[in-house]
Amino acid sequence: MALLSYIPDWLLTHGPAFLMALPLIMAAVVALLPNRRVAWATTFVISAILTLTALALALYNMEVGTTIYRMGGWAPPHGISLVVDALSAPLLVLIALMSFVTLIYALPATIAEIKPNKRAPFYAAFLLCVAGLLGMVITGDAFNVFVFLEVSSISTYVLVAMGAARDRRALSAAYNYLILGSIGATFFVIGIGFLYMETGTLNMADMARILADLDGGSRVARVAFGFIVIGLGLKLAMFPLHTWLPGAYAYSPTPVTAFLASTATKAALYLLLRFVFFVFDPSFAYVADVLMFVIVALGVIGMVVASLLAIFQTDMRRVLAFSSVAQVGYMLLGVGIATTASVAAGYLHLLNHAIIKGGLFLALGAMWYRFGITRVEDFRGLGKTMPWTMGAFTISGLSLIGVPFTAGFVSKVNLVFAAANAGWWWAVGIVMLTSILALIYIGRALLLAYFQSPPEIDGHVVARHEAPYTMLLPMWMLAIGSIIIGVSNDQIVGVATRAAELLLGTG
Amino acid sequence: MSELFSQYNYIVVIVLMMTGLYVVFASRNLIKKLAGLSVFQTSVFLLYITVAKVSGGQPPILLKDKYGKDGDGHALLDGPIEVAAGGASYILPGPGTDVLYSNPLPHVLILTAIVVGVATLAIGLALTVRIREVYHTIEEDEIEAADFVYNLEGTAD
Repeated sequence: MALLSYIPDWLLTHGPAFLMALPLIMAAVVALLPNRRVAWATTFVISAILTLTALALALYNMEVGTTIYRMGGWAPPHGISLVVDALSAPLLVLIALMSFVTLIYALPATIAEIKPNKRAPFYAAFLLCVAGLLGMVITGDAFNVFVFLEVSSISTYVLVAMGAARDRRALSAAYNYLILGSIGATFFVIGIGFLYMETGTLNMADMARILADLDGGSRVARVAFGFIVIGLGLKLAMFPLHTWLPGAYAYSPTPVTAFLASTATKAALYLLLRFVFFVFDPSFAYVADVLMFVIVALGVIGMVVASLLAIFQTDMRRVLAFSSVAQVGYMLLGVGIATTASVAAGYLHLLNHAIIKGGLFLALGAMWYRFGITRVEDFRGLGKTMPWTMGAFTISGLSLIGVPFTAGFVSKVNLVFAAANAGWWWAVGIVMLTSILALIYIGRALLLAYFQSPPEIDGHVVARHEAPYTMLLPMWMLAIGSIIIGVSNDQIVGVATRAAELLLGTG
Repeated sequence: MSELFSQYNYIVVIVLMMTGLYVVFASRNLIKKLAGLSVFQTSVFLLYITVAKVSGGQPPILLKDKYGKDGDGHALLDGPIEVAAGGASYILPGPGTDVLYSNPLPHVLILTAIVVGVATLAIGLALTVRIREVYHTIEEDEIEAADFVYNLEGTAD
């Protein structure tokens, strides 16, 4: 590709290490910066560099295939390796890009939501979170995954708790997230421990090889698999392990919500894919059973129940949070059917949902910034008072429902075809049903916004008061992105299919 | 039965793990929950350390500089080394020896996990302090009661 010739060689060679080391080191620097605006600018520049690096690595990956970086020159399986392959490269781009997009929005938002002396630490925690997420996606070492999982989680607890300046419930939400998140991570590390007992290695590719030789391994490997699925299930908000999510999404600062909703659960889902299909294999009987009776079952129940719960919420932030739990169900359904097409559809929905939910939460944050809106009933007349913000919200909302020519439609259609081809007609019905439920909870807000007049305060109708450009720009980037995916989807479907082929070994 | 007692470490791990998990879910006091979480995490440390033990194995210690250094500055090892540790003399692992030694890797992993556990506990305690400042209580029931109206109306103030 012509673009690749402009990228220096050292970046392509050492990019993987650079990608996680840069935010990790700069987080310490940013925490010490006295000037808040400089802290923002530094973080912004770092995330721009990360985005470019991730894009370069993804392009390079398309060109040459899987690359393995040896940390410190130690060869795998003894050394820690960083793996950029068809599965991790798109996730790296997604995380870096979402951090970049959120940071554009964060400048006005943090001024409104975070106390001045907390802003530099806020950006430092944000960078740590980015570093953790990038690290857990890129690393090829199972214990390293745990360490980065905890780096991102611990910084996330801090970020969620910083919402206390806006809503005191952020504190108990952060506390609940900390308890459940730590239990999830500990379950995961117990699983890694058992896997280490069984295989004697920590390198994921090496584990996969040994497990295949052992034909699935003994009971120890089965126990390991159970612990890993439960641990990651907690992290990715698999129903009924989702109870931390609505609080954490609803009460954290608005940029944090947008970033978390589009990356944190997605990185955990990536790990689930990595472990279920790459380290373990669906050809082992116990993995197939878990896919069928745990992942699909909980995914489907989660889709229906969380969608129903979303309908009965009064707080829009909680509506969107429960909708996230429901959308995770779609991805789990795709994972559970376990054909190349369905895993590709699940992976595609992961990418699309990140863009959609990011856009929705950014728009909702802008509404809070201008009018303090969090409740659904406060949406009255927003089509007139904040037309551009509401426009972005509408496009992303329609995309969430799955209206044609949007990203949500593309991934849902792929999922439905995959389910139908595998003979899972009941799953097709449930996807349709939950799309209708999504229409209800999003449509409720849209009806209020467009068909009711703005409320009167002290005898005056609330006047038009649009969000600042720095907030409009990122939400429209995501809204337009979702339309572009909806209209021309060959590229991204190709990306998802390559990832699924890598996982299932059908490529 | 005797097999059970010969692997009593695992029994301790299971008891600790279940105690910790039970305390986290059963208690409504924020500090007690964190204490339970710590017990739960500690049981995992013990699990890893137990895995590292090789029956009859010796401590995996290499003496530095006994035979000089190689080109990269790593300690060079030509033959068996004897070291007095804990009153006994061991032959240390190396080329030319076939001694059993315990697996050092899980210890290193757990060193990292301990740091993670300490960080989690610190954040948890800091959050508890903040919660007490705002709600004047650390009992979950009372916090939920204080937020009841908020949750009902769906607004912050």
